[in-house]
Amino acid sequence: MTETATSERTGPDYEQQPILEAEGMVKLFGRVVGLRGVDLRLFPGEVLAVIGDNGAGKSTLIKCLSGAMIPDRGTLKVAGQQVAFKSTAEARVAGIETVYQTLAVAPALDIASNLYLAREIRRPGFAGSVLRMLDTKAMRDHASEHIKSLGISTLQNINQSVETLSGGQRQIVAVARTGAFGSKVAILDEPTAALGVRETAQVLRLVRDLREQGLGVILISHNMPNVFETADRIHVQRLGGRAAVISPQSHSMQDAVAIMTGAMTVPENEQSLR
Amino acid sequence: MSDNEPQTAEAPASAEDLLSTRHTPAQRIQHILHGNPALSPLIVLVVAVIVFGIFADNFLRPQALSLLVQQVAVVGALAVGQTVIILTAGIDLSIGMAMVLSSLVMVKLNSDHGVPGLIALLIGVVVGLLTGLLNGALVTRLNLPPFIVTLGTFSIFTAVSLLYANGQTIALDPDALLVWTGKTISIGSVSITWGVILMLLLYLVVGFALRNTAWGRHLYATGDDREASQLAGISTDRVLLSAYVVAGAAVGVAAWIVCGRVGGADPNAGLNYNLQSITAVVIGGTSLFGGRGLVIGSLIGALIVQVFNSGLALAGVDPNYQVLATGILVILAVSVDQWIRRVKA
Repeated sequence: MTETATSERTGPDYEQQPILEAEGMVKLFGRVVGLRGVDLRLFPGEVLAVIGDNGAGKSTLIKCLSGAMIPDRGTLKVAGQQVAFKSTAEARVAGIETVYQTLAVAPALDIASNLYLAREIRRPGFAGSVLRMLDTKAMRDHASEHIKSLGISTLQNINQSVETLSGGQRQIVAVARTGAFGSKVAILDEPTAALGVRETAQVLRLVRDLREQGLGVILISHNMPNVFETADRIHVQRLGGRAAVISPQSHSMQDAVAIMTGAMTVPENEQSLR
Repeated sequence: MSDNEPQTAEAPASAEDLLSTRHTPAQRIQHILHGNPALSPLIVLVVAVIVFGIFADNFLRPQALSLLVQQVAVVGALAVGQTVIILTAGIDLSIGMAMVLSSLVMVKLNSDHGVPGLIALLIGVVVGLLTGLLNGALVTRLNLPPFIVTLGTFSIFTAVSLLYANGQTIALDPDALLVWTGKTISIGSVSITWGVILMLLLYLVVGFALRNTAWGRHLYATGDDREASQLAGISTDRVLLSAYVVAGAAVGVAAWIVCGRVGGADPNAGLNYNLQSITAVVIGGTSLFGGRGLVIGSLIGALIVQVFNSGLALAGVDPNYQVLATGILVILAVSVDQWIRRVKA
């Protein structure tokens, strides 16, 4: 069902400048090494999966990329511009949106309000500037347009409160947020961890839609079939360092697990470094 | 549940479709109430007015109804502040005593120290704002639970009020600005006080801000799920602090209204107002778990309590039954809220 979409794709353009580029990221927690000099490059229109065993530094890595943590050393560039985020808000301004494992939506608010949470549109003129009134209609219209453009048919009513949605639909709202504001990078931390098979397929389709829109997507997941179905390249973390970068074409799932556990090493010329 | 069980002919998708279209009447009611949090208290209010209109003589007379609305003014104004705090999943046990302290400052400055009425009023309102700021700062900076913070400040405000007033009631000249809120305006045989109008204005302003501004939306979101709101980029500490400051402003307005009602200031007046304001909010359909409710519901809640009190009194029932009725209403309201929260798509 989804194979056709994947095979027809031209693939990410590796000639372009990386949209996100991290070099030598180091993060220490007291005497514990969280990250030992990790490099990561993400291109526009690419899904880069980050996999690794528990404690391999996946979460630390993405927290350093999304501004939730400040790395002790290393440089970070967004579209060639060097940045140093002190907060997730700064990262968001630079175009990096993150969806966290815990569903980051306010259940009692409707879908449109959730999409625009913390970046509401105000009405033009007196009503907006003095009375500070929100432009609810514009937000609803834009939200339903955006949802439509993503081809999400399961969310019919944009005024529905999020708590009446299933877990998968909530996650779709959270993921849809990342693509709604002209962002460049979407970081998704285990977006399908709590979902059923059908809902997982919906979220993964949305991930591919974000890629089609030219976003760079970082997908953290434990689920190997999902990773191999969705990712262009796979960044394998092990013991706080980068063990290898492979692709679903060059290596099998067994290989990926072997690299994760240290049973296999891949020489650099066989990796999918870009 | 064995694997050999024959599969049903129907595909799961169509079975699901079948389920989703079949709402029982109870589910439909649940859905409507879920979408309109002030609807159930409104129904209770209308039914109560009709029932007491039939069974209690004089209940529907304009004079009785006017008095009823006047009696709601103080609790109604405090309930605005209480609603804003409860929407953030907090609670304010000190709000009534904060109002007493604020009104004492107004009246004592005016009568004992000869401060002009307007300036005394403004200083009193500032005292109200400061009580809110103190509660809010303790909740957000020290990360203490609102229940404990306001339990503590309740005692502090009580003690300060009693010490400041020497335990005495102070009466003001009936023409003073501070008791203007007790003056009535009559339209036909209906007469309401300026205090009632002031309270309604407070509902209008806060209701507008909650409904139409980003601040309002952030307040609901923060009460709903604080962590998710923070991750979405809302500065939740600032939102929480603002809720307590808004409550402080409501305290200031309520203080002016209570001056009008008692014709001065009474240091012993606040004890019941704390719990009455919470009662009004809860009966008004606002969830104690935060994120759900309307400020107008609290006005309806305050009116319901007063309708029961006046109606039972006019029907000649033992006054203790008024307290009993309030208790039953609170428990009913919270039960309904719990039921509504379990709504399914």
